[in-house]
Amino acid sequence: MTPQQILESLKSRFGEAVLDAKVDAFPDPWIRVAPATLREICLYLRDDGEMLFDVLMCLSGMDYRGGKLGVVYHCDSTVNHHRIVLKTEVTDAEPRVASVESVWKTANWHEREAFDLYGIVFDGHPDLRRILMPDDWSGFPLRKDYQVPEFYNGMKVPY
Amino acid sequence: MEETMTEPRKVAGFGRDLKSEEMVISMGPQHPSTHGVLRLELVVDGEIVVDVIPHIGYLHRCFEKHCEHMTNYQQVIPYADRMDYVAAMSNEFGYVVACEKLLKIRVPERVEYIRVIMAEFSRIVSHLIAIGTYGMDIGAFTPFLYCMRDRERVLDIFEQTCGARLLYNYMWIGGLSHDVPPGFTEKVKDFCKYFRPKIKELNDLLSYNKIFIKRTANVGVLPADVALNYAVSGPVLRGSGVRWDLRKNDPYSVYDRFDFEIPVGQGLKGTVGDCWDRYMVRVHEMEQSVRIIEQAVDMLPAGDIASAIPKRIRPDAADVYVRTETPKGELGYYIVSDGTATPFRVKVKSPCFVNLSALPAMCRGAMIADIVAVLGSIDIVLGEVDR
Amino acid sequence: MKEFLIDILHNEALVYTLMAFVPLAWVVPFALFAVWWERKISAHMQDRLGPMRTGGYHGWAQTVADILKLIQKEDIIPSAADRKLFILAPYLVFAGSYAAYAAIPFSAAYVGSGINIGLFYIISISSIVVVGLLMAGWASNNKWSMFGALRSAAQIVSYEIPVALAIIAVVMVAGTFDLQEINRQQTGWFWNWFLFQKFPFLFVGSIIYFVASLAEVNRTPFDIPEAESELVAGYHTEYGGMRFALLFLSEYANMFAVSAIATTLFLGGWNSPFGDFLSGPVWGLFWFLGKGMMFIFVQMWLRWTLPRLRVDQLMYVGWKVLIPFAFVVVVGVGFWVMAVR
Repeated sequence: MTPQQILESLKSRFGEAVLDAKVDAFPDPWIRVAPATLREICLYLRDDGEMLFDVLMCLSGMDYRGGKLGVVYHCDSTVNHHRIVLKTEVTDAEPRVASVESVWKTANWHEREAFDLYGIVFDGHPDLRRILMPDDWSGFPLRKDYQVPEFYNGMKVPY
Repeated sequence: MEETMTEPRKVAGFGRDLKSEEMVISMGPQHPSTHGVLRLELVVDGEIVVDVIPHIGYLHRCFEKHCEHMTNYQQVIPYADRMDYVAAMSNEFGYVVACEKLLKIRVPERVEYIRVIMAEFSRIVSHLIAIGTYGMDIGAFTPFLYCMRDRERVLDIFEQTCGARLLYNYMWIGGLSHDVPPGFTEKVKDFCKYFRPKIKELNDLLSYNKIFIKRTANVGVLPADVALNYAVSGPVLRGSGVRWDLRKNDPYSVYDRFDFEIPVGQGLKGTVGDCWDRYMVRVHEMEQSVRIIEQAVDMLPAGDIASAIPKRIRPDAADVYVRTETPKGELGYYIVSDGTATPFRVKVKSPCFVNLSALPAMCRGAMIADIVAVLGSIDIVLGEVDR
Repeated sequence: MKEFLIDILHNEALVYTLMAFVPLAWVVPFALFAVWWERKISAHMQDRLGPMRTGGYHGWAQTVADILKLIQKEDIIPSAADRKLFILAPYLVFAGSYAAYAAIPFSAAYVGSGINIGLFYIISISSIVVVGLLMAGWASNNKWSMFGALRSAAQIVSYEIPVALAIIAVVMVAGTFDLQEINRQQTGWFWNWFLFQKFPFLFVGSIIYFVASLAEVNRTPFDIPEAESELVAGYHTEYGGMRFALLFLSEYANMFAVSAIATTLFLGGWNSPFGDFLSGPVWGLFWFLGKGMMFIFVQMWLRWTLPRLRVDQLMYVGWKVLIPFAFVVVVGVGFWVMAVR
């Protein structure tokens, strides 16, 4: 299926959850969806006979500056040999996105990493805790406005 | 996750309940078998492992944050080397292919062929370490040294080409840093001739050893559908019987011009998807890499390796996701550019990170010795897991 | 030798104490040599060189240097460890290994104690090693050490049964527990050795004994108690300095003890393989030590070739493979001996 066809299919099924798209983007066409409906959309992408996106290649947290965070999903189908990119955007004040861990188990650790480094909270994730940083770290390091703390547990951080 | 045992276990014939407790034992962060700083929290009932919880992040070096503060895209390459420090060429390969796609650069043919040769050498080198350390984890100390001896020959070739043995900064955006040294073709052909009997020696010593098979067959079975759901890749996925290799299924560079096979686990000694299958996939992949190298070095065209290297790298505002087949699996670079010379975001999807997340699914009902066997068969490098 | 010393010193207690140190004159230099030998064997099998510099020729003084280093190390006892047991454990392990030397005949002229239940004594006294290992693992207050100790206890206790059964087969043929007497029965050319008697029963019995004795001394493929890649160092993780040196010494002492028993029972002990040619009390010592060293070499060879078994597979091999074969050997030898009489 071409990206245009995938977009049509999603629009016809989910209506206003599909916010924006750029199917002729170079190099990767993308579709932006609403954060709360992500789980249903991804379930449809995985299970529908024409889509069959059985592999979530990558899940990246993003910081678009100006208080806007986001998540980017790269999905791949080993059966139908097509790919698609899904994007969502949330604000700094309300960084909640539906978790797709129940759709693709690989999202478990990826979402933990996005939470750890960006502070994006994934609703429905069974075990959302920090993965790369120490468990008692404060702050979200990959955000653009992140300030490195002076001390961590009595140790000086910058050196 | 399965429920852990909280009820006292009832044993037939006893009037009272047999109260048994689980012990929580921590394997790592310093441990001879965890291949780096990895902490595995094991909940054990005697020798049977009820649950395994990996804790990572001990080697987190903030690669992605560094990338956002570089002055240009070329500066990222030495940092990319250091993620999977065992097979550094493959990390560079993925990054430069991603950047060249973003910049719409076509590199000369000679550069493509040399990159393929270096990537396949790096595959051999990585698998040698994987096999050697795996044998050592199981208790056979000698194959490790044989693998190191063979690895030294490849590292000599790397050193003659770019001056470094382990971390190269060799593949640049648009080309390479150095051309191959004189006599390169003969050296490579010598190595291929030397190495093929060594694989056979390794098979005689370790792969078909009865004790080794007993330790690895039917251990850590990962079914194919679970593997795809966890998005594992590389020898772990192929060991589960899924014929999926990016060099054939989603070719990049000039891989579509070579004739080679994709080894897949078939459950010859146990179940499909057990540790022995994953291990044998790696052994066979080394043979196929030698095949590719011989073909590439025969077809190597003349040319200039630096003609396409851009003076200034300032891509349009776009984002690209490119994946390459490294020895560990599918390495993905998601590069977002905002039109300036500094990358806006470089996200690395590292295969070891994803493969390690599937560890609890592979360790159902295993014993402690099996955890070591399964972990070794996944072949993780913590530098890549934590970036 | 005992009478000779008593004549000189006129003090029996002193003589007995001195004689207890005589096998030490072999055990300690042997351990120093064996560690160096193991490093060289492993190195050459792994296509490298091993120690080359310490002392000049091929690093022969490497172990001496190691012992000197270990002696001057700080004695660290973990603060949460059980002090008394922690200190006592290496001595128990060494005592169990060393006590077996009392009954082993090194030559026709020398045996520490010529009791007529020599074999029985050896099997029993070497079980003290298990107690020492368990103590070491438990007292370290370290979960991994405890794992090593438990595995070790299970392994050693399970493999004592095939050892005992193989020994019983030899005892049936020889008719005595006395090791010196067993040696005398194997005098003559090498076909008199018990290895070739009652063929194939004692031959199979010798193989069973050798494999089971590998498990007794915690050597690969049965070295899970000290499985480096899983348990760091098993029951001796927390030991350093001289305590570790003592545990190490007792491991090599144990290795030689079981090799010595194997040579005595199956390979003719101090007898020359050529009958009267090259035999005598001093030659006997040479033959005995040579055959023992050959077994040591095979043990080291196996260590660097084979992977290790998992603990349940090890139990399987012990209980379900070695013991049935050993039973067949015992029954076969028993019938044969009865039929011949």
